[in-house]
Amino acid sequence: MEQTLDLSHSPLKSFVTFIKRWLFTTNHKDIGTLYLLFSLLMFFIGGIFALLIRAELFQPGARLLAPEFFNQMTTMHGLVMLFLAIMPAFSGFANWMIPLMIGAPDMAMPRMNNWAFWILPVAAILLSSTLFMDGSAPNFGWTMYAPLSTVYGPASTDYLILAIHLMGLSSLMGAINIIVTLLNLRTPGMALMKMPIFCWSWLVTAFLLIGVMPVLAAAVTMMLMDRHFATSFFNAAGGGDPLLYQHLFWFFGHPEVYIIILPAFGIISQVIPTFSRKKLFGYRFMVYAMLVIAFLSFIVWVHHMFVTGVPLAAELFFMYTTMLIAVPTGVKVFNWVTTMYRGAISFETPMLFALAFVILFTIGGFSGVMLSLVPADFQYQDTYFVVAHFHYVLVPGALFAALAGAYYWLPKMTGVMYNERLGQCHFWLSVIGVNLTFFPMHFLGLAGMPRRIADYSLQFANFNAIASLGAFLFGFAQLFFLYMIIQALRGKGKKATAQVWEGAEGLEWTLSSPPPLHSFTTPPKFE
Amino acid sequence: MNPIKKFFLIFFICLIFLTSPRWALAAWQINMAPGVTPISHSIYHLHMLIFWICVGIAVVVFSIMIYSLIRHRKSLGVHAAQFHENFFLEIAWAVVPFIILIVIAIPATKTLIKMNDNSDPELTIKVTGYQWRWRYAYLDQGIDFFSNLSTPAEELQNQAKKNKWYLLEVDHPLVVPTHKKIRFLFTSNDVIHSWWVPTLGIKRDTIPGFINEAWAKIESEGTYRGQCAELCGTNHAFMPIVVKAVNEKEFNRWAQQQSGEPLHGTNT
Repeated sequence: MEQTLDLSHSPLKSFVTFIKRWLFTTNHKDIGTLYLLFSLLMFFIGGIFALLIRAELFQPGARLLAPEFFNQMTTMHGLVMLFLAIMPAFSGFANWMIPLMIGAPDMAMPRMNNWAFWILPVAAILLSSTLFMDGSAPNFGWTMYAPLSTVYGPASTDYLILAIHLMGLSSLMGAINIIVTLLNLRTPGMALMKMPIFCWSWLVTAFLLIGVMPVLAAAVTMMLMDRHFATSFFNAAGGGDPLLYQHLFWFFGHPEVYIIILPAFGIISQVIPTFSRKKLFGYRFMVYAMLVIAFLSFIVWVHHMFVTGVPLAAELFFMYTTMLIAVPTGVKVFNWVTTMYRGAISFETPMLFALAFVILFTIGGFSGVMLSLVPADFQYQDTYFVVAHFHYVLVPGALFAALAGAYYWLPKMTGVMYNERLGQCHFWLSVIGVNLTFFPMHFLGLAGMPRRIADYSLQFANFNAIASLGAFLFGFAQLFFLYMIIQALRGKGKKATAQVWEGAEGLEWTLSSPPPLHSFTTPPKFE
Repeated sequence: MNPIKKFFLIFFICLIFLTSPRWALAAWQINMAPGVTPISHSIYHLHMLIFWICVGIAVVVFSIMIYSLIRHRKSLGVHAAQFHENFFLEIAWAVVPFIILIVIAIPATKTLIKMNDNSDPELTIKVTGYQWRWRYAYLDQGIDFFSNLSTPAEELQNQAKKNKWYLLEVDHPLVVPTHKKIRFLFTSNDVIHSWWVPTLGIKRDTIPGFINEAWAKIESEGTYRGQCAELCGTNHAFMPIVVKAVNEKEFNRWAQQQSGEPLHGTNT
């Protein structure tokens, strides 16, 4: 084709070259960059949804959004943030850093890697197209409970189902690729128990993905069957059970929580030792803790369903298993704190985000333990207390870890340092905004405000107003980040050394910043 | 400055909880209501127990962290220590939380068993969720009615001043006697709803085709309010619950009045 068309020197030609460069790339760094930029875009889109929600809830009374549209926003915010923002962000770091960390030239399956990424934008387009469809976009929450999503779901639900299948495929391919890479491409001498902890976190995560993504696929397929092929999996009138859907969904949904947080743990476990100038404390136990968390994540799913009327024996079993998760999670927090203890700590932006992660994620963990107690859960379930809990785990948890990772590796990826002063501004505004937004939600939930309501009674007005102000502050703070990313991509800033950070250890810091096209052409020495 | 700021943040948060155990000003209510049933009291005590345990752990862990953030900073010229492993420490901080969890699990289990004891009810009420209102049927008295949101549309549209019970008022409240064991049966006519009255300590999903149960023994007369807690469609925010607890005599009089009345409250 190219030979027959004379496109030389035309802008079209350079455009085609540009598209081909990114569309057909099989380079792990290019694909990692694509994942990260895609995730950044989705963060802003999901963030706009969130700000619309907070704008509506700023004051009681119908203000900005009709309740119908409000429900669509809560649904889309959840789906976009989880599947298209947070998960691709960590996949991006995995793609970029894993080959560098284990001394490999690239990922084990570069073509599949390309495919895994390019499915995602398609899924994103499918999902967001529902917003412009007749009827309405999906409006039943990201959990998609039947029968609200089956018998009562809008026509656009089918597009959502397809989008979820695509996102699942993408995650599965990514997971397989990561497992194969980690098991086969480590440089000689790097035993599994010597692998950087970030690689370990992704190895465990990848197995979780393979374990649960098919379950989600099954659940949404059953939904599709119920909607169009006259089955009654989730319809009591036809002999089915609406709770079956919830069991399937949460069998996916709970491990999903760890799919999101384990890579975050991995990043934090890289950042804290670097800026404490001290080796990670209890490496072995950090790995064991992740394995235990992964195992437990498969036997706790009913704690999302305590108020659905499960039998006493099941409530007790799932209460105990859920409480147990506090043990390995506690081990991780204690090890981070001990890593810092008697280190030589400095406070660059990645470290600030990591420190905020440790404190605020732990607060989210505490409310998690509170939620595990079934009797108390009867009061917390489906209130803003739960909203506060999982946002503490996901925003100053997973998102802060992703930001810590971004600042930590950005100089390695682009070859230029970010502006430390702006980084600090970004951090402080974010940490204040996050707490203003989500801390009052604990109070709202305890005072009795249910989640996902488009309007509320007067007694909840004050804290809602505070939360909304905090949300806009947080949203504004992210513009600093956007600016710094753009500057780094344009190559503006101080040149970064190969080592970048004084205390950084690992193979990725032995390569130049940015690293050469094929990361390691010969296996590097590993002590 | 950073660790100090963080310390103040945590300190401030704890202070808020400490200084306002009761909810003097409804608009600033920050804690769970102790409620008016034995179950809600048990839940409240469990909630406060676990809360203080969490605060205790947080104080210990964050103090150590903040201490090292202040004392072990590079700018003070310290050199990092080299230790990075301690088997017994790892075992200890796995075992100690485990023991704490057992201590919490005991009262939680007891409360849970108590909650599940639905035996010997003195009154049975069937609650059915509809999009978007509640239907209450007193199975023994033959009373059956719908309960709809009664907040005027002008208040919803901000054309009139919102009254005190904006979105928490209904046309026909659920009337129940005090000091009687009431058994609630929950089901739904369409999608899953959730019947939640915080002061009664009851939240149960109403699921089409299935029946859930819960019980309450209300200790004092009064009006208790709640809302649907499971996303159930467009008007999820607009199906409140109002429970009026009255003494037995008054309840009997009310029941007498109601029986024989046609099903009402269907007009919305």
